[in-house]
Amino acid sequence: MALSFRGGVHPDDKKDLTNKKAFESITAPATVVIPMQMHVGAPCKPLVSEGNLVKMGQMIGDSNAPVSAPIHASVSGKVIAVEPRLHPNGCMVTSVVIENDFNDTLHESVVPKGSVESLSADELIKIIRQAGIVGLGGAAYPTHAKIQSCLGKVDTLIINGSECEPYITSGHRAMLETPEEIIGGIRVLMKIFRVDNAIIGIESNKLDAVRVFEKVLPQKNSPIKVKVLKTKYPQGGEKQLIYAITKREVPPGKLPGDVGCAVFNTDTCAAIHNAVTTGMPLITRGVTVTGGAIANPKNLKCRIGTCFSELVAAAGGFKDEPFKLIMGGPMMGTALTDIEIPVIKATNAFLGFLQYDDIYSKEQVCIRCGRCVTACPMNLMPLYMYMYYHKENFQEVLNLNVSDCIECGACSYVCPGRLFLTQTFGVAKIRLNQHNDSDDTKKGAN
Amino acid sequence: MAMNKQLQVTSHPHIDIAEDTRSIMLDVIIALSPALVLSIFYFGFRSLILTLVSTVSCIVFEFLYRKLMKKSNTIGDLSAVVTGMLIAFNLPVSAPYWMAVVGAAFAIIVVKQLYGGLGKNFMNPALAARVFLLSWPGIMATWPKVFERAPLFGSTVDVVTSSTPLASLKAVTLPNYTLMEMLLGQHGGCLGETSAIVLLLGGVYLVLRKVISPRIPLFYIGTVAVITYIFPRGGLDNLQWMLYNILSGGLMLGAVFMATDYATSPVTRGGQILFGIGCGLITVFIRYFGSYAGGVSFSILIMNACAWILDKAFRPRRYGVPTWKKAGAKK
Repeated sequence: MALSFRGGVHPDDKKDLTNKKAFESITAPATVVIPMQMHVGAPCKPLVSEGNLVKMGQMIGDSNAPVSAPIHASVSGKVIAVEPRLHPNGCMVTSVVIENDFNDTLHESVVPKGSVESLSADELIKIIRQAGIVGLGGAAYPTHAKIQSCLGKVDTLIINGSECEPYITSGHRAMLETPEEIIGGIRVLMKIFRVDNAIIGIESNKLDAVRVFEKVLPQKNSPIKVKVLKTKYPQGGEKQLIYAITKREVPPGKLPGDVGCAVFNTDTCAAIHNAVTTGMPLITRGVTVTGGAIANPKNLKCRIGTCFSELVAAAGGFKDEPFKLIMGGPMMGTALTDIEIPVIKATNAFLGFLQYDDIYSKEQVCIRCGRCVTACPMNLMPLYMYMYYHKENFQEVLNLNVSDCIECGACSYVCPGRLFLTQTFGVAKIRLNQHNDSDDTKKGAN
Repeated sequence: MAMNKQLQVTSHPHIDIAEDTRSIMLDVIIALSPALVLSIFYFGFRSLILTLVSTVSCIVFEFLYRKLMKKSNTIGDLSAVVTGMLIAFNLPVSAPYWMAVVGAAFAIIVVKQLYGGLGKNFMNPALAARVFLLSWPGIMATWPKVFERAPLFGSTVDVVTSSTPLASLKAVTLPNYTLMEMLLGQHGGCLGETSAIVLLLGGVYLVLRKVISPRIPLFYIGTVAVITYIFPRGGLDNLQWMLYNILSGGLMLGAVFMATDYATSPVTRGGQILFGIGCGLITVFIRYFGSYAGGVSFSILIMNACAWILDKAFRPRRYGVPTWKKAGAKK
């Protein structure tokens, strides 16, 4: 019986477009654009300036803030600009533009750090920070900060191999092709957390990956176990995954560490393994390039800072003019404003959609079917939150716990009235947070 | 690689489920169709014409009202068609056509559109229309006999009538129809409510298509079954009394198609269960103690008024907060 959680939806996963396509490495482009903000938290300050020569793997951006991750050059060459460039999030973000000398000269810091056994937990955390590793499932929370937030509280280490977003198969392919890297990273994390077991959760639509791990891991008494999860979106949501595997619920406003869990993506584990064994920081990543507009959908390994246009070219170009480009999955991904935008650490997929979703001509009416209530994995009542928000009864929106919304998109996906539910709650959370800060004193009483 | 067309940039999610309001309403229409076909077989083409008159009136009233109020045209969502069919299903086949028109006007304009249209009305439009039409009690209590053809046009006063099972139950006797006749609908009644079996068939279709949850119909019919079984009237056999009760009147039509109306029923699991139980209790109460033979319409309308409060009372437990802790009372 596959493990699962309450609520959720079953979108057509469209993974068959790419799940049989092994990773292809694409050659590094002539110039890379590396934004100084590729993670949740404080942006980095550039450590290089125009005209500097940099080597591959050299740190080119860093910050003193606790929640931030350094950024490295993904090619060797010359810095030709440090200026604001278009970021996947639609903003102009300070970026280091490097002209590739095609030598891939490695920086001196890129050396093996020693065996896991010989390194202490603190040293390992430092290596992870120095390698600029962030959560590679899409959220891009700095991994060292996540580790520190739950250090000493964890009894169950959970590895997220669910990849529940439709279309994306980059995590799946990595599990099939390089399971030993993932397992290596898990061992590092087990050492850091001083736990003697870890569970890899994989959705039932990736049973081949389950078999790969079962083959690689020892048959008996393996400290690392694989559990099959029901194929359901958002199975990979942190709270949903923790519940599916441990039946523990993370209370509102709390972190996984508070229920003794820590969750890391399989790709993040592989990055940790590489940082320790080769010293290579996070400068490449796997990206699924797919969607109806892409001529030949593929899984590509590319340098961070490569333009999406180069990925599309490597995937046979566009079949037809696309109407929508998305970084990430269709449920939680970001719609891009242009194609000349670089791949960042959080880029697990690039989708091109042909079909124009004529959202504005649709009559948006709540027919009270209640599908959103059934679908919500956080036990919320989206239709009421939406109604009260649009009636500007914000207190009631807060009473309905809009702050618990994980913005997974399940409610909007199932809504037959095509209401902008998730979108409304995203805005509501920001607006009501500000509203809350101003009268915290009043609320402090309860 | 230049982009010639403008890219659409919207917030996630970027995909929708295929079902929309229109496809859901279409499913309801499909689920209602077998009952319509059977009523044509039982009562003749007058029942088809009555349904068409009612449906077309609903569409026209909805179109005209929204046009006059300078609102968007919503007839494409097919909800007016569903209302129109349900109004006709709640009329005796001998009802004059103008009654269907009057019912449609009341349902669409007063009950639905004045409250803001689809999803905003607090009473089921078709049921409200039926209760409104009870202002003509003579017409609404004339029940043509099955297989007797009421004239397609002109007066229907000469039609051969029959008693309804509900009237027998009211008189604390078992109806003089066999259970098989009850199941197939070969008895007097409104044109769409007679055959329990085809209505249930429609209900199964809706449940399989995930248009409705079976909670409300099951708890509604279940409550009626349990109470009538435990408290049969006039010393009649428990089982027979119960079976005739659940097969009589508009119970099946009401439980499957009216009580499950989205706009006027709760969306929460607990709310739906209590809604169904409430409908069942009130239905039996009216049938036992009321002066009116049927209780389904009134019971659903009364519970419609409670839908909102039921949702409030049965809010899902906050994620991560055990039920015994008060929601929000953290720390």
